[in-house]
Amino acid sequence: MDYGFTTAAYVVAAILFILSLGGLSGQESAKRAVWYGIFGMALAVAATLIGPGSGLWMLSLVLIAAGGVLGWIVAQRVQMTEMPQLVAAMHSLVGLAAVFVGFNADLELGRVAAMDEAARAGLEGFAAVLAKKTGVEIAILRVEVFLGVFIGAVTFTGSVIAFGKLAGKVTSAAQKLPGGHVLNAAAAIGSAALGVLYFNDAGLWTLALMTLLAFFIGYHLIMGIGGADMPVVVSMLNSYSGWAAAAIGFSLGNDLLIVVGALVGSSGAILSYIMCKAMNRSFISVILGGFGATTGHAMEIAGEQIAIDAEGVAAALNDADSVIIIPGYGMAVAQAQQSVSELTRKLRAKGKNVRFAIHPVAGRLPGHMNVLLAEAKVPYDIVLEMDEINEDFPSTDVAIVIGSNDIVNPAAQEDPNSPIAGMPVLECWKAKQVFVSKRGQGTGYSGIENPLFYKENTRMFYGDAKKSLDSLLPMID
Amino acid sequence: MGDDGVSGKLTIGAPREVFAGEARVAMTPDSALQLHKLGYGCAIEAGAGTLAGFSDDAYRAAGVAVLPDAAALWAAADVVVKVRGPEPAEAEMLRAGQTLISFFWPAQNADLLEQCRAKGANVIAMDMVPRISRAQKMDALSSMANIAGYRAVIEAGANFGRFFTGQVTAAGKVPPAKVLVVGAGVAGLAAIGTAVSLGAIVNAFDVRPEVAEQIESMGANFVFLEFEPAQDGAATGGYAAPSSPEFREKQLAKFRELAPEMDIVITTALIPGRPAPKLWTADMVAMMKRGSVIIDLAAERGGNCDLTVPDQKIVSDNGVTIVGYTDFPSRMATQASSLYATNIRHMMTDLTPKKDGVMVHNMEDDVIRGATVTHQGAITFPPPPPKVAAIAAAKPKEKAKEPTPEEKRAAEAAAFRAQTRQQVGLLVAGGLLLLAVGLVAPASFMQHFIVFVLAVFVGFQVIWNVSHSLHTPLMAVTNAISSIIILGALMQIGSGSFLVIVLAALSVFMAGINIFGGFMVTRRMLAMFQKS
Repeated sequence: MDYGFTTAAYVVAAILFILSLGGLSGQESAKRAVWYGIFGMALAVAATLIGPGSGLWMLSLVLIAAGGVLGWIVAQRVQMTEMPQLVAAMHSLVGLAAVFVGFNADLELGRVAAMDEAARAGLEGFAAVLAKKTGVEIAILRVEVFLGVFIGAVTFTGSVIAFGKLAGKVTSAAQKLPGGHVLNAAAAIGSAALGVLYFNDAGLWTLALMTLLAFFIGYHLIMGIGGADMPVVVSMLNSYSGWAAAAIGFSLGNDLLIVVGALVGSSGAILSYIMCKAMNRSFISVILGGFGATTGHAMEIAGEQIAIDAEGVAAALNDADSVIIIPGYGMAVAQAQQSVSELTRKLRAKGKNVRFAIHPVAGRLPGHMNVLLAEAKVPYDIVLEMDEINEDFPSTDVAIVIGSNDIVNPAAQEDPNSPIAGMPVLECWKAKQVFVSKRGQGTGYSGIENPLFYKENTRMFYGDAKKSLDSLLPMID
Repeated sequence: MGDDGVSGKLTIGAPREVFAGEARVAMTPDSALQLHKLGYGCAIEAGAGTLAGFSDDAYRAAGVAVLPDAAALWAAADVVVKVRGPEPAEAEMLRAGQTLISFFWPAQNADLLEQCRAKGANVIAMDMVPRISRAQKMDALSSMANIAGYRAVIEAGANFGRFFTGQVTAAGKVPPAKVLVVGAGVAGLAAIGTAVSLGAIVNAFDVRPEVAEQIESMGANFVFLEFEPAQDGAATGGYAAPSSPEFREKQLAKFRELAPEMDIVITTALIPGRPAPKLWTADMVAMMKRGSVIIDLAAERGGNCDLTVPDQKIVSDNGVTIVGYTDFPSRMATQASSLYATNIRHMMTDLTPKKDGVMVHNMEDDVIRGATVTHQGAITFPPPPPKVAAIAAAKPKEKAKEPTPEEKRAAEAAAFRAQTRQQVGLLVAGGLLLLAVGLVAPASFMQHFIVFVLAVFVGFQVIWNVSHSLHTPLMAVTNAISSIIILGALMQIGSGSFLVIVLAALSVFMAGINIFGGFMVTRRMLAMFQKS
């Protein structure tokens, strides 16, 4: 049986998906682009239901509807600060689905192989595709299934752990079982050995055992990565979920799955690359967890942290002409984005030039800060990237650092022995005055001292970011 | 109240200024009150403050003893405070152990200095106060220069036939006055501030590039001179140093360029211990428009302008008014006196560390040492250089060398070649890899593999263009579309095996959550992005 119509629909869907991703180059075109994606998905599902997936289509529709309602509700309720968790949770679903589909492919293969010629001729759908496969093709199919299941399984547990860390249900500190990466390596070698057995017809148990090992790798790998590296982890898992889909696409002989899997996979890979570049760390060192060993003693920091109260900050803001705000994960934790937005509105109403400087790894998700600020109705044209705004700090009167630490650490430039030496940072200390809103003294996630806090033009504005800003608001006039 | 001030404690006395036309006075009723608090008695010569607007009664009300003549005052005062340096006749009245605080200009007045030394008096020269941060409160030169700068603009306005500010009125359009201030010291900056606040367009020049920021902060344009700095203008205690002949030529050329445009020129350039540099030559004056005004604040030291006549206002042949007054502070005697008296009072505060009326002439103190020119019968001028630098000399910014057009082209060509090499290398490697796969894999696999490679390629091309701020929506949308795996589950759900149906059904359900959740949340996020 041939499904010419389905193939045509797949081509259209693939184009729509590409347009959908391409449209994200700008805020306005993105609003249109998301509809391309929705139509592409609707088309693909409809074409499959009419064509090769027509078996039990009622059940399929009911399940899609049920899942859809659940997804809809979650999407409506989720807080913007919880975006990283949501994204991670969704990755885990894709990973698990890939595992299931992979297993199904193997089960079907076994079932079809057991049939006689007459029964095979009567097969429909996926089983019919399998029935036509030659020996070499079946061997390749097994490789594809194996890869798809492996990646899917790693994605699943990895995403679950990432979700737990981001939601605060699992400690965000980097934790490893005794043995560390040796365990991961052993599990990976074990999986490879099982793979060889599986290719040689050892049976379903090898696939199942390999899946368990892959689950362990996903779990242990992500447990070993600290909270500050989460943007890389999430985009990496994003990439994996794509590759898993592509591998499954190969095993099912479905080009649309391959195309979309490849798109998603490369998208996640590029995001990971951008995040790593922004931290001046190699992808490997992030995945292997923890910051690399330093080559010498970090520079001694002279001076002391000088605190300031809301009146002082308000007076400086009232005098300033230009203000740059640097938000970080702390702003998301304190849910302070509305207060930040209100402050921005008040300052802008007075004719001051207020802008935001966003470091690529600020927050726990690529672009996290942009979304939070957008939610709080901060216009996106005053929210600038690091490269766009770094040169403007020397001509800025006041820089306000809200809940960020490493991304404004001058040690990255000044101290070759610092663990983050060479990482591109926002040069806020070049502003005439810097205020740092921070919960208390002490180092952040990475445990690296920040000389910014000791600089002469820096004042520490201690306290919960939201409370601090709220106390500031009435004094801006 | 009253005459008790003279008895018992040390007395600070201010005589009437004898220099012709000098209207200032070194003590005001306000400063006298402060001096009382330091434990001193105060006295003035009758009529000393009249020209500055302070009557004898005002002094009496402040507890100051009013003495009938100069002789009585010089006799009664332990510390004599004055504005101008003493005339020889006044110096004759000094006695051993008496302290004199006034402007002195010891370098120019060696004879007077010797006379004071011979008398055994301690002389503190207000013009010798080192220009360091701590001494700013007693820096009388600065406070007088500030007044001179202000007054220079007022004087210019009085002699200039037009508005400073540009106006569009029913009676026609008035262009704003263009002002050039040469020398951005205290007087220059005060002149800039005054002229800017009157609405003029102000340009300012200084040989020290590091003051550009100060000039711009006052609202004037810094006249930039392209020149390799051979010397550091700030190294001489906050004053400009004489400049090299080449620099001078550049500077004059720049002034000639500006001269025809300028309505008002205020020159304030002074180099310590030298005659004022001639910066505004006769030919520049000739180039200026009729009715323009030049205020030469350096007139006392010969003037920055060739045509300046000290103490006089003249009009050049082409109708340019050149004001060479040397007594700008004295023309605002009330203001000048109160600032000067405050400077003196701060000097006394430093001389009275315990605020108990006991004067401690501490020669270890940088400021006091620097200002003291005779002490206990010895000449202590010139002082050793101050230990603290005046202005942290801002190193002129290292300018990245502009590459020549050839260099630029060569660099571009090299970058292009490197890029080409890299791309060709990647393409060749990728092509070989594909070929290698094609050799072993069956055709049906290759078909899909080609699709995969192309999709990865398209993905990389497309994703690089995604705006950084949209990375979160990107992740959400890729999440949604990666649920395309639902197609696989949909194809399998019609299978005969029960286990397959269950697993496929679960997959369909999960993918369903993802599709709707992913797209919905993306839409929600994108709708929030708003332009201002």
